[in-house]
Amino acid sequence: MEIPYNVEPRPDTGLYNAKLGIWLFLASEVMLFGALFSSYILLRTGAPVWPMGRELLNVKLATLNTVILIASSMTMVMSWASLKLRDFAKYRLYMGLTLLLALGFLVVKAFEYGAEFHHHRFPSSSMFLAVYFTLTGLHGLHIIGGMVVNGYLWGPGAKMWKTDPERFTNRIEVAGLYWHFVDLVWIFLFPTLYLL
Amino acid sequence: MALVDDHAPHAVGHADPHHEPGFLGKYVFSQDHKVIGIQYGFTSLLFLFVGFTLMMFMRWQLAFPGRPLPLLGALFGQTNAPGGIMLPELYNQLGAMHGTIMVFLGIVPLAVGAFGNYLVPLQIGAPDMAFPKLNMASYWTYFVGGVLMITSFFVQGGAAQSGWTSYPPLSDIAPKGQTIWLFGMLALIFSSLLGSTNFLVTIIQLRAPGLTWMRLPFFVWAQFVTSFLLLLAFPALQAAAVLQMMDRLFKTSFFLPSGLVVSGQALEVAGGGSPLLWQHLFWFLAHPEVYVLILPAFGIIAEVIANNTRKPLWGYKSMVYAVTFLGFMSFIVWAHHMFMTGMGTVMSTFFQTTTMIISIPSVIVLTALIISLWGGSIRFTTPMLFALAFLPMFAIGGLTGLPLGLAPTDIHLHDTYYVIGHFHYVVAPGTIFAMFAGIYYWFPKLSGRKMSEILGKIHFWFSFLFINGVFMPMFIQGMAGMSRRLYDGGASYSHAQGVLEWNKVISMSAWGLALAQLPFILNLFWSMAKGKKVGDNYWDATTLEWAATTSPPLAHGNFAQVPTVVRGPYDYSLPGAPKDFVAQHEG
Repeated sequence: MEIPYNVEPRPDTGLYNAKLGIWLFLASEVMLFGALFSSYILLRTGAPVWPMGRELLNVKLATLNTVILIASSMTMVMSWASLKLRDFAKYRLYMGLTLLLALGFLVVKAFEYGAEFHHHRFPSSSMFLAVYFTLTGLHGLHIIGGMVVNGYLWGPGAKMWKTDPERFTNRIEVAGLYWHFVDLVWIFLFPTLYLL
Repeated sequence: MALVDDHAPHAVGHADPHHEPGFLGKYVFSQDHKVIGIQYGFTSLLFLFVGFTLMMFMRWQLAFPGRPLPLLGALFGQTNAPGGIMLPELYNQLGAMHGTIMVFLGIVPLAVGAFGNYLVPLQIGAPDMAFPKLNMASYWTYFVGGVLMITSFFVQGGAAQSGWTSYPPLSDIAPKGQTIWLFGMLALIFSSLLGSTNFLVTIIQLRAPGLTWMRLPFFVWAQFVTSFLLLLAFPALQAAAVLQMMDRLFKTSFFLPSGLVVSGQALEVAGGGSPLLWQHLFWFLAHPEVYVLILPAFGIIAEVIANNTRKPLWGYKSMVYAVTFLGFMSFIVWAHHMFMTGMGTVMSTFFQTTTMIISIPSVIVLTALIISLWGGSIRFTTPMLFALAFLPMFAIGGLTGLPLGLAPTDIHLHDTYYVIGHFHYVVAPGTIFAMFAGIYYWFPKLSGRKMSEILGKIHFWFSFLFINGVFMPMFIQGMAGMSRRLYDGGASYSHAQGVLEWNKVISMSAWGLALAQLPFILNLFWSMAKGKKVGDNYWDATTLEWAATTSPPLAHGNFAQVPTVVRGPYDYSLPGAPKDFVAQHEG
C-alpha cells in the first residue's frame, strides 16, 4: 500500500509529508542554535572582558562569505523555479552554481581558520575563540551536510526527474528550505561574532 | 538532510506490490514500522535488563560495603574490584551508566520507539510511518549509540562516572569513557530527532479518513506531545554535548571556571567558563525528558483502563488539553533542579511557581483515569492489574515531587535518597508498570497468541510487593538526610546511622524484584511459541489497531482497505448497541 501524501499535499494541512518533516526538523535546528546562542550570551555577560570580534577576525572575508551564501540561496531558489518551469538543463546549471558557491564559502572559511591558526589563535586560547570556532565549525558542518544532499540531487539523485518529476521538484524545495536555514544561521552568526 | 533523501528506492519498491524483501530486508534492515517496533522493543528490554543488573551490583556494595561480591566479583577484574571488592571508581561508573542506560537506552526507546512505532500507524489507520527509511535509520542510530555506551566500560579508566547528569567540571576532566558517553549521547539524540519528526508527520498527515483530532485514541495524543518534547528539548543537550566535547577534545573551557585546581594542581585552561551553563542546558532537555518518560505511560494506561472497564474514558477532552498544556509548561520548569546552585531567589520563585502549575495537568489526567473506574464492570486481567497499580504508584511519585519543587523544602531534600525514591516511583512502578501493562495488552495483536494469565499475575504481585520494598524506604533514608551518591551506603556518614539498616531491606527487595521478572521472561518467550491462539480482537476493543488482522503482514500496508472512522475512540457499552463495544470504523 502506497504511503499517502508523499507527493500531493494533504487537503486539510496543505502540506506533503517531506515539507512538514523538514519544517519540524528545522524547528529542532532552531532550538540547537538557539541553545548555542543563549550559551554565548550567558558566557559573554559573565565575562569580565570580551574582545571585539572585528579586532581578531577578518570582517572583509566574512562579508564576502555573507554575499556568497546569499547568492547561493538565490541560485537554490532558481534551481527549484527552473524545475517548476520544466527546464531541467537550467536546474542543473543553478544547482551546480549553488554547489560551487557553497564550496567557495568553505574555501574562504578555510583561509580564515588558517590565518587564525597562523597567529596561534586556537579554540583553547580564549573563550571568544572557543565560541567562534565552535559556532562557525558547527555551521560549516551544516554547509557540508547541505552540499552532500545537493550534490546527490545534482548528480545521481536527478534520475528521478525522468520517473517522478513532481516528487523530484518537491525534493529540491525541501533541500532548498534547509539551505535557506543554513544561510539564515550565518546571517545571525556574522554580526554576532564579527561585528558586535 | 536525510529527510530529503528518505525514500528514493522506495518508489521502486512500491511499483511492484509483490516485491518481497529478503531475510535481511525483512527482519534486520526492515523499513516496516511493526518490525522496527519489535526491534526497538527487544533491544530496549535488553538494555533495561543491563541497567537493572548494574544497579543490583551497586546494591551489594550499599548493603554490605567493603565485602567482596559473591560469585560475580571476579567479573570486573582486579583493577576495578580487587578481590571482588568494588572500588569507588567502579561504583561511580555503575551509577552513571545505570541512569544513562535506563533513561536513554531503556525506557524512552521502549515507550516511544517500540510502543509508538508499532501502534501509532495502526491506531491512526495508516499503512506505515510517513518516512520508513528514516524510521530504520532511527533504530540503527539508537543501536550504535547503545553499543558505544556499552563499549565505554572497556576503555582505559572505564565508563562515564560523573552521574547520569554529567555535571562539569568533574565530567570535563573525567577519563576517556566520558568522551564516548558524549558520542553515544549524540547518536541517541540524532536517533530521537529522526524518530520524533517521523512520528509528528505521521500523526499529522496519515490519519485515516474521518479520524479527526478529537477522535484520536489518547495513546496517540500522548505520543504526539511526547514527540514534540523530544524534537524541541533534545537539541539543548545536543548543544551541551557539543560544547563539552570541545572542552574535552579541543581544550576549550566552556564549563571550566578560571582558577580551577584539580588534585592540588592548577588546571591549565583559558578558564572563564560556567559549570552552571551545563546544568541549564542539561535540564532544559532533562525536565521535558521526564514527561517523555511518563506521557506514553499515560497513553497506555488510558487504553487499558477504557478497555477493561468497558466504558468510555471519563474526561477524554480534558485529558487531551491537560497533556498539551503539560507539554508547553515542561519547557519552563527546568531550573527547579537547580535550587541549590545559588541562582537567586527571584529565579527560584519563578521556577517553583511554574513547577506548582505543571503539577495540575498531571493531576487532571490521573483524576480522569481514577474516575473512569467508577461504575465500570472491571475485568481484572494482567494488563489491568498493572494499570490499576500504576495509578497509586504514580500518585506517590507525583506527590512526593511537590516538596522537591518548592525551594525551601528542597534545600533539605536535595540530592538525598528522597529524590531517588521520588523519581523512581514515577519511572519504575509508574512508567515500567505501564510498559508491562502495554506488553500484556498488545501481545495478542503482535503474536496472535495471549500471554499466560497465571504467570502474569505471579509477575504482577511479586513485582508490586518488591518494588515498594525498594523505593519506599528511600523516602525514610532521604528525609533523615542521607546523601544519594555515597559509595559506602552511608556507613561513614553520621546522618545516615539511624537508617543504615534499610539498605539491606532495599537491596534484598531489589534482588527479589529481579527474581520476580523471571515469570515475565518465561511468559514472553513461552507464549510466543506456545501461548493460546486468539482472534483479531481478543480484548473486544474499539480502536483501529484491532481492526487490522492479527500480527499484521510484515511489509508496508496494515489494512486490507483503509478504514473510515465514524466515531470516537472509546465507544464501550453504548446504550442500545448489540454488543458492549462499537469499533471506531463501525457505523
